[in-house]
Amino acid sequence: MSETPLLDELEKGPWPSFVKEIKKTAEMMEKAAAEGKDIKMPTGARGLLKQLEISYRDKKTHWKHGGIVSVVGYGGGVIGRYSDLGDQVPEVEHFHTMRLNQPSGWFYSTKALRGLCDVWEKWGSGLTNMHGSTGDIIFLGTRSEYLQPCFEALGKLETPFDLGGSGSAVRTPSACMGPALCEYSCYDTLDLCYELTMAYQNEIHRPMYPYKFKIKCSGCPNDCVASKARADFAIIGTWKDEIQIDEEAVKEYAKWMDIENEVVKLCPTNAISWDGKELKIDAKDCVRCMHCINKMPKALKPGNERGATILIGGKAPVLEGAIIGWVAIPFIEVEKPYDEIKEILDATLEWWDEEGKFRERVGELIWRKGMKEYLKVIGKDVDVRMVKAPRNNPFMFFEKEELRPSAFTEELKKRGLW
Amino acid sequence: MAYEGIKTDFGPPYFRDMLHPVIAKNYGKWKYHEVVRPGVIKRVAESGDVIYVVRFGTPRLLSVYTIKELCDIADKYSEGYLRWTSRNNVEFFVTDESKIDELIKEVEEKVGFPCGGTWDAVKGEYGLSNIVHTQGWIHCHTPAIDASGIVKAVMDELYEYFVEHKLPAMCRISLACCANMCGAVHASDIAIVGIHRTPPIPDDDAIRRTCEIPSTVAACPTGALKPDMKNKTIKVDVEKCMYCGNCYTMCPGMPLFDPENDGAAIMVGGKISDARRVPELSKVVVPWVPNEPPRWPTLVKYVKQILEAWAANARKHERLIEWVDRIGWERFFEITGLEFTQHLIDDYRITPYFYSEYRTTTQFRW
Repeated sequence: MSETPLLDELEKGPWPSFVKEIKKTAEMMEKAAAEGKDIKMPTGARGLLKQLEISYRDKKTHWKHGGIVSVVGYGGGVIGRYSDLGDQVPEVEHFHTMRLNQPSGWFYSTKALRGLCDVWEKWGSGLTNMHGSTGDIIFLGTRSEYLQPCFEALGKLETPFDLGGSGSAVRTPSACMGPALCEYSCYDTLDLCYELTMAYQNEIHRPMYPYKFKIKCSGCPNDCVASKARADFAIIGTWKDEIQIDEEAVKEYAKWMDIENEVVKLCPTNAISWDGKELKIDAKDCVRCMHCINKMPKALKPGNERGATILIGGKAPVLEGAIIGWVAIPFIEVEKPYDEIKEILDATLEWWDEEGKFRERVGELIWRKGMKEYLKVIGKDVDVRMVKAPRNNPFMFFEKEELRPSAFTEELKKRGLW
Repeated sequence: MAYEGIKTDFGPPYFRDMLHPVIAKNYGKWKYHEVVRPGVIKRVAESGDVIYVVRFGTPRLLSVYTIKELCDIADKYSEGYLRWTSRNNVEFFVTDESKIDELIKEVEEKVGFPCGGTWDAVKGEYGLSNIVHTQGWIHCHTPAIDASGIVKAVMDELYEYFVEHKLPAMCRISLACCANMCGAVHASDIAIVGIHRTPPIPDDDAIRRTCEIPSTVAACPTGALKPDMKNKTIKVDVEKCMYCGNCYTMCPGMPLFDPENDGAAIMVGGKISDARRVPELSKVVVPWVPNEPPRWPTLVKYVKQILEAWAANARKHERLIEWVDRIGWERFFEITGLEFTQHLIDDYRITPYFYSEYRTTTQFRW
């Protein structure tokens, strides 16, 4: 009888099975080890299978809180993980995760990937996630004593790989495929992602902040890396002038496409008109939502005055509710060496480090202190594009210098209240 | 920085070294794309160069041996380059159109990954992409549900939507195994979220041994924890606890796992892209489904029920929330057959941002 009757059920069905992946790894690792290959954790994958079967039976996790484990000189990049099953599954007594910083846009050469695979076959479980939620390559499961040699082996590869971020740190930035493959990209997402990653190596590798801080680069408002919802600092490509129209290509689409119903009527601001001959877009009303461009990629493309909108504070519900990032900078140019973006990031991180409470994300801090305060920190003026509407309550804070001198204000001063 | 000769802080490989030669040559100079068929996107450069991007779904958890098999295939068809997408799909790049069928066959036979996960906005025919998810029982210490197993069970059931373009609009399904939401599923068309339903039972010994009492108490968003300094432990006001597990994250002495009462909530109507409608947070429509390993039949049934009710009733390009905008939540519950219960009315102490006028979209006028 199978040792994993519950997990075996998940080998059935048409979708690729993670159970098959674990079993395959277990078999191949054991075989390679038996053939004399230098493999440190030949039974790691087998152990995971055993423990997971017990979780499936017990309907609960069997992983304990991690301790602090890392490699020399780093404070993060490794998630400590220990089994609570002790002697039952000694193979996974330690089963730490290593996060490896992926190349921008998750592009790989097979040479680089093979190097990674060889290192992980030798020093770990042979199991990975391609990729973790934040974007890193996840090496799933090794023992404490193998972390350092594994890291050093990664650094010595022909294409070396470094650790990513974890804990209360700047997390590994990620980017959409951008100009590498996409005609919509309004700036070079891959390059910005790379440059920011390199500029914040210390902040990524050594947790020093109140909580996590995520940076994501999307080339257009389609937002393929979900930066609005998932990044504290979302840099989303956009443009300021009008959408570029190729009328001849529009006519080609018109031969079979219902432009009136599928494009004109779905424009959120009724900015488009189509008379059967000419497509017009009123740039004053266009909010650059991308729908018409997505519908007619051969005919329409973003304008020429390109840059990005920065949204601040996006996060999941823990703890004070989910936030979709707020517009902090309606438009910024995104050109190498990206000094202005780096200055804004520096100011944001410094302020949050100074003012943020333990486990308070930057969005929660801005909510507590006010957007006005944040704009002062990053040295930006207020702009109506930062809000959906003006505030819906009259409880405004006024500065002393905004008030008229009066007997009342004199009294406040006299009583030491000001 | 370097420690005793060990190289540190050298960062990721430079992305430019990771690009297929045709991609490198036409970087930033792409003219347009078209979806040739499910899973195959043709990209045409200003230079006239053409590359076919061929996409396959993966289980996210991959063996190094599988990755090597993918590398062998990439060497054969894709000049030694490949890419993963933000939703755990893997992509190959083919310049010779006649090789596409062979590639698809080879990936399906050797690795077992299905070609698909694309959508054709131009024609208004959409496929389902892969499910973004978290670690669950594979590797997490706070999950209320497994992740990979549920994703596998759901995708088995929705397989046809991945390999074909049968949906009226884009639909993003995501899963997070607890409210920490490492997968940030709070803005997905359909989201599965692990929830606990019992307050923590303080383990006095563990608290004394491993926890900092003030910071644990401060971590409670509803003020349900009080320090008991006399006994050097923590007291829980069970009436105030809403089982977020934040205290357990802070302190291993606050376990709240209950196999019979942990489970999943289902949320719908979230959206991130700015296309047409502004972004939106997902809303809870099924408060709790029990853990039913290995295949979670009740949960899978609900997800399919929601997806197919939407697919059958939505207009072209109408994502789930846009459909609800048109028909109303009253009809949503009627059509999906889900029950609207008291748990679906918000009574969490703080969701202040919802009421704010801060703009959460790149949609604005110049």
